[in-house]
Amino acid sequence: MSLHIICCVKQVPDPETPASQFRVDEAAKKVIPAPGIAPVPSQFDTIGVEAALRIRDALGDVKITVLSLGPESFRDAIKHCLAMGADEGVLINDPALAEADHWVTAQALAAAIQKLAPYDLVITGRQAVDWDMGVVGPTLAELLGIPCITIVKDVKVQDGKVVAERVLLDGFETVEAPLPAVVTVSNELGEPRYPQLRQIMMAARKQVTVWTAADLGLDPSQLKNRVNIEALYVPQTKVETEFIEGDTVEEKVDRLLQRLREAKLI
Amino acid sequence: MANDILVFGELTEEGRLAPITFELLGAARRLSQPLGGRVLCAVLGAGLDGQSREAIAQGADVVLLADDPLLQEYQGDALVQVLERLVREKAPALILLGQTMVGRELGPRLAARLGTAVTMDAIDVAVQDGRIVVTRPCYGGNAHAKYSFNTSPAVVTLRAKSQEPIERDESRQGEVERVQASIDAGAVRTRVLGRVKQKAEGVRLEDARIVVAGGRGLGGPEGFQMLEELAELLGGAVGASRAACDLGWYPVSAQVGLTGKVVTPDLYIAVGISGASQHMAGISQVKNIVAINKDPEANIFKASRWAVVADWKEVVPLLIKKVREMKEAEARR
Ligand SMILES: Cc1cc2nc3c(=O)[nH]c(=O)nc-3n(C[C@H](O)[C@H](O)[C@H](O)COP(=O)(O)OP(=O)(O)OC[C@H]3O[C@@H](n4cnc5c(N)ncnc54)[C@H](O)[C@@H]3O)c2cc1C
Ligand SMILES: Nc1ncnc2c1ncn2[C@@H]1O[C@H](COP(=O)(O)O)[C@@H](O)[C@H]1O
Repeated sequence: MSLHIICCVKQVPDPETPASQFRVDEAAKKVIPAPGIAPVPSQFDTIGVEAALRIRDALGDVKITVLSLGPESFRDAIKHCLAMGADEGVLINDPALAEADHWVTAQALAAAIQKLAPYDLVITGRQAVDWDMGVVGPTLAELLGIPCITIVKDVKVQDGKVVAERVLLDGFETVEAPLPAVVTVSNELGEPRYPQLRQIMMAARKQVTVWTAADLGLDPSQLKNRVNIEALYVPQTKVETEFIEGDTVEEKVDRLLQRLREAKLI
Repeated sequence: MANDILVFGELTEEGRLAPITFELLGAARRLSQPLGGRVLCAVLGAGLDGQSREAIAQGADVVLLADDPLLQEYQGDALVQVLERLVREKAPALILLGQTMVGRELGPRLAARLGTAVTMDAIDVAVQDGRIVVTRPCYGGNAHAKYSFNTSPAVVTLRAKSQEPIERDESRQGEVERVQASIDAGAVRTRVLGRVKQKAEGVRLEDARIVVAGGRGLGGPEGFQMLEELAELLGGAVGASRAACDLGWYPVSAQVGLTGKVVTPDLYIAVGISGASQHMAGISQVKNIVAINKDPEANIFKASRWAVVADWKEVVPLLIKKVREMKEAEARR
């Protein structure tokens, strides 16, 4: 049985950017990219590609398409996933979608997924690590009218069904759903594999298909954002830090315990 | 009615209202004044004796109660159907859910079915000039964003511990409206095959008054044994950074942060944790943080009340020794 898996991948500013280099443009309500730090594929999304590759490792006959909505620069994220081992890349690039909120993003991705049909499994990250929203995956499931298993740490395809381990607060549950389905993946799934040089070179030659809203039969003027960002700012933390002094570690420990006792914390 | 607030009453496995529900009810009560509507609480489950009373004591004006064996265990496909119907019938202005494993799925799905707006993981909801405005952390907690909505109702999930419950009041009056679950079993496509619980021993991390947390700086799982010893002496629980959990040094159920748990102990002792914004997202409400880190520039110090610049391997054994002596002295008195 041949399977088609579509992985949704977004490109984001590197979330490991040190807090000291994190800046926002409050007027534009946008994050200012830290100089010298390149954007990266959103972490959970490459974990999604890893999940798809593991299914292919197990089953063999699996086609993996990487789908992204964003500007030309998002091609880097797609190429990274192709180098990981995905087969095809699609970029939805349309200036009219530049300010898309999560609702409009999901509309465009759903239209593209339908155009890529037949498909068996759609994999997204649990949340994109820019706005940390976690809305697009479940929204896609509703728009496509298919089942959805959220925040999973393992995903397999068996007997025409998807079987996934959904993370709970104190453990996990195993959930099964008929295909096609959407799953959103979490970091507990494990590290995404890192592309080898040869794969990077091969991926560089792979074509990335580019679609506009019109190619998807969408009229951007009919797609209305559901939310507005009114403000974006760096929150101020006001904590007086006392660096515990002492000539020896023991002195420091004594002084710390003294402070904790004074504050009636221990 | 158009100004009502609908709270999704999340339940524990035992079928009791979960603490997050009381926090949501607290937020809803405060918002019901500027919005000028009532607080509705949807309690959907099985074997719910006494839960309506409890929801009212915690702030609900109307409890929408569906008690149905089909709602025994969590099934997104079943709950989203019932919720969608209730929302269409009651037409609230605002729907509040917890940012939990349940809310993370139901919030976006419900909003998508209604074609309406949703924002996740809010830490504040306010009414400004008659409009609902939500504040939520983003970019791993490095930034905060404020959102307004173009469609009604607005669906909002609230971060655990971000809202105060009201003072529980047994004498509060409210209505209970029994609703039919009327679940279309054919539309429940997912099936739960089994559950695995990682039982934590001792104090639950979420309830602990003291949390001792370890990170990659511990260098291996052995360090966590020492933290467990310290936590036990202090009557607390052990937490971990994602780096430590990803390395398999400690169970994921102990992960604190954006994609882990939110904790609000009186005292948080961070050992070998750098203080990445995503970790801090789990302790943003903690007032007393002690950080033990050998790097004087570590970000965690910025949020710490007390900073100990040293190697944990020297600090923690001494802490254990001295806390033990202290406790023994107390016991003798
Ligand atoms: C989308 C997203 C979500 C995330 N969610 C979470 C989350 O929920 N929770 C979370 O924790 N992280 C989360 N992270 C990861 C986060 O960005 C950091 O990578 C992680 O918190 C780092 O863990 P750490 O502090 O243990 O490790 P490191 O950053 O490696 O820090 C180790 C620290 O130990 C110190 N150290 C080393 N040796 C010693 C010693 N002998 N004595 C004393 N100190 C020592 C070092 O100085 C350093 O400060 C998330 C990341 C992303 C992108
Ligand atoms: N612009 C995009 N292009 C491709 N996939 C996306 C995009 N935005 C969101 N996604 C997918 O949806 C997931 C959840 O995103 P979000 O709802 O924005 O947090 C991400 O992890 C991606 O898999």
